[in-house]
Amino acid sequence: MSDEIKDEKPKKPKVPRQPMPEQDAHKRARNFEEVTTGYTEEQALLEASRCIQCKKPLCTTGCPVGIDIKSFIGLISEKNYLGALGKIKESSLLPAVCGRVCPQEMQCENVCIVGKKNEPVAIGRLERFVADYQGKHGGGDLPKCAPSTGKKVAVVGAGPSGLTAAFDLTVLGHKVTVFEALHKAGGVLVYGIPEFRLPKAIVEREVKVLEAMGVEIKLNYVIGKIKTIDQLMQEDGYDAVYVCNGAGLPWFMGVPGENLNGVFSANEFLTRSNLMKAFDFPNYETPIKKFKNVAVVGGGNVAMDAVRTALRLGAENAYIVYRRSKDELPARAEEIEHAGHEGVKFQLLTAPVRVIGNDEGWVSGMECLQMELGEPDDSGRRRPVAKKGSEFVMELDAVIVSIGTSSNPLLFQTTPGLGQTKKGYIEVESEESCRTTKKGVFAGGDIVTGAATVILAMGAGRNAAKNIDKYLKDGEWWSKENA
Amino acid sequence: MHEILKKTVWSDQVPRITEFVLDAPEIARAHQAGQFVIIINGETGERIPLTIAAKDAEKGTISILFQEVGASTMMLGQMNEGDKLMHVAGPLGKPTHVEKFGTVVCIGGGVGIAPVHPIAQAMKAAGNRVISILGARNKDLLIYEDYMRAASHEVRITTDDGSYHKKGFVTDELKGMIEVEKIPIDLVVVIGPPIMMKFVCKVTEPHKIQTFASLNTIMVDGTGMCGACRVTVGGQTKFVCVDGPEFDGHQVDYDEMMARQRQYLPEEKLAVDICKKKMCHSA
Repeated sequence: MSDEIKDEKPKKPKVPRQPMPEQDAHKRARNFEEVTTGYTEEQALLEASRCIQCKKPLCTTGCPVGIDIKSFIGLISEKNYLGALGKIKESSLLPAVCGRVCPQEMQCENVCIVGKKNEPVAIGRLERFVADYQGKHGGGDLPKCAPSTGKKVAVVGAGPSGLTAAFDLTVLGHKVTVFEALHKAGGVLVYGIPEFRLPKAIVEREVKVLEAMGVEIKLNYVIGKIKTIDQLMQEDGYDAVYVCNGAGLPWFMGVPGENLNGVFSANEFLTRSNLMKAFDFPNYETPIKKFKNVAVVGGGNVAMDAVRTALRLGAENAYIVYRRSKDELPARAEEIEHAGHEGVKFQLLTAPVRVIGNDEGWVSGMECLQMELGEPDDSGRRRPVAKKGSEFVMELDAVIVSIGTSSNPLLFQTTPGLGQTKKGYIEVESEESCRTTKKGVFAGGDIVTGAATVILAMGAGRNAAKNIDKYLKDGEWWSKENA
Repeated sequence: MHEILKKTVWSDQVPRITEFVLDAPEIARAHQAGQFVIIINGETGERIPLTIAAKDAEKGTISILFQEVGASTMMLGQMNEGDKLMHVAGPLGKPTHVEKFGTVVCIGGGVGIAPVHPIAQAMKAAGNRVISILGARNKDLLIYEDYMRAASHEVRITTDDGSYHKKGFVTDELKGMIEVEKIPIDLVVVIGPPIMMKFVCKVTEPHKIQTFASLNTIMVDGTGMCGACRVTVGGQTKFVCVDGPEFDGHQVDYDEMMARQRQYLPEEKLAVDICKKKMCHSA
């Protein structure tokens, strides 16, 4: 790697990484408008000029879907923004989404060669810039699709993985129907990630592109209930099925008091606010409670989304309660930083023991233990250990549990032959092939890996499309015995 | 979009009880007794869980009944034949466990009579002797009597004020059947207000009569994603939408369930007040 640095001569050194313009922290902590407002054209050009156009770029290797980053940034420098977008779209369907929600600091920007000595090129912000440029100015053609193959594919779940697979399969000439359980397409992009981080209009725009390409999206279809996978294949004539229904079943802590009023899963809290727009109650009919003292248990992106939503709904004190230290918080660095600026309080090295209720059955507090970090555990992170006698009570009126999700058992109940892993996810030959133990049925995204990121789910959708296309041509399958 | 093919107002008393027959061929084909749908009325609507009260698989229709107790159901009640519901998702939840038990008593209280109807039908079709007990506050609020007579071998009716058949509660009738008439009962299925289900279970428990209770908790997605509907059954947390809606009635923590049902009362009241004002304006 050091050779490569010597090889390259930065064109314009010492231009600092362009900061992302954002709403004032105090103001935005009380509204649902997008936190960051996006680069101006001038900023985008300055930031693009920081890319040294390496001969052997590492950034692409850090991208789960292998976007040709060097080329798209080069096109930005030439002010060919639609060309840059086209370059990204060769590998990723949803640049406006990924530019906003990808953990770039752990992926492309983590390996950026500029970042070895200076701050890395702000790849995510540039990706967002070109996507928003098209959103604002229009332009760009619908992708060309191959002539119809006459094959039909059913995609179960309209989240990032399903939308990506639907896109790729349609380009390859297959007829795709996406079945979505909820009344809006987008999956976690519409029910989970809040408006202030990902405006829903962006998701709608991407879904409309798919529909214009000929993808049919059937809403309110809970596969496994209204129809089984066998029915899709045997009665409705689908030649293959891609299952990407996510890992949506929320975990609770299993501590006493968890069914008190005022305890929610992050999924419930966020679904009310995002999908059902309860933050705008009573203009929207779904209610949401406005609490004064709210604790969100957990430290991931979902926890950050929940705590910042609580703040925007009017909380005076909004806490993140996490059992390890700040260094171990799994959320994106930017979300943690934004949350801190907005006034979220981090109650770290703290583990809940029980939720305390009042006479009316409502939360009044949460008893917690202080933790300290011991020896590293299996995940390589230092294991939190309770300090003896460190019990203390946080005064609260709501507790939002955000400690993860698992797979929904619904599909397994009605799909004979669909193998399940010990952890309850769908068994596949490999994450690369997406082939399940049932012929013609592929699976990918969170339902295979467990809860992960949008971009990884999209990567799985891409793999699935490639392998479904192959299967539709050669009909070959695998068997567990020969594997 | 699902067209309202037929609208029946069962009771004009406030809160009104209304039935829609909806065009929903795929749901009608897949539906089994005990399952529910989630409906959304319009762009700003909430997701409302409603148990399917009847279906016609050949015609491709399902029936839903609702009482106009909240803003969303009040607005739903303004819809007419020919109008279309924006979203209907289902059938959801596990179907009722149906087999030949022997004598099955199906109890419906208030608007809960509607969802008990397909269960009575299925139990009768499975060869059980079905005795139904229907309870209502008064004669005008009693719904589905004829349907329940067709679905049962025998129907008994109680009204709180004695305006129709026996004065009293469904629990009084059930107790009489068990303790006075000495009718051997193999299974009780009960759907109604939580307090009624709780007391029905208190009647059957000492006699060790298996009792299914179908719970109607607060839900958001209805597919296992949010946990708003969670209840404690036998000391364990269960999701009504995917683990239920039917549970062993003797194991359900009704007090916790009733407390959880009251979570949004202030918001519901606010929404109803706004809704009434709007309706006055448009009237």
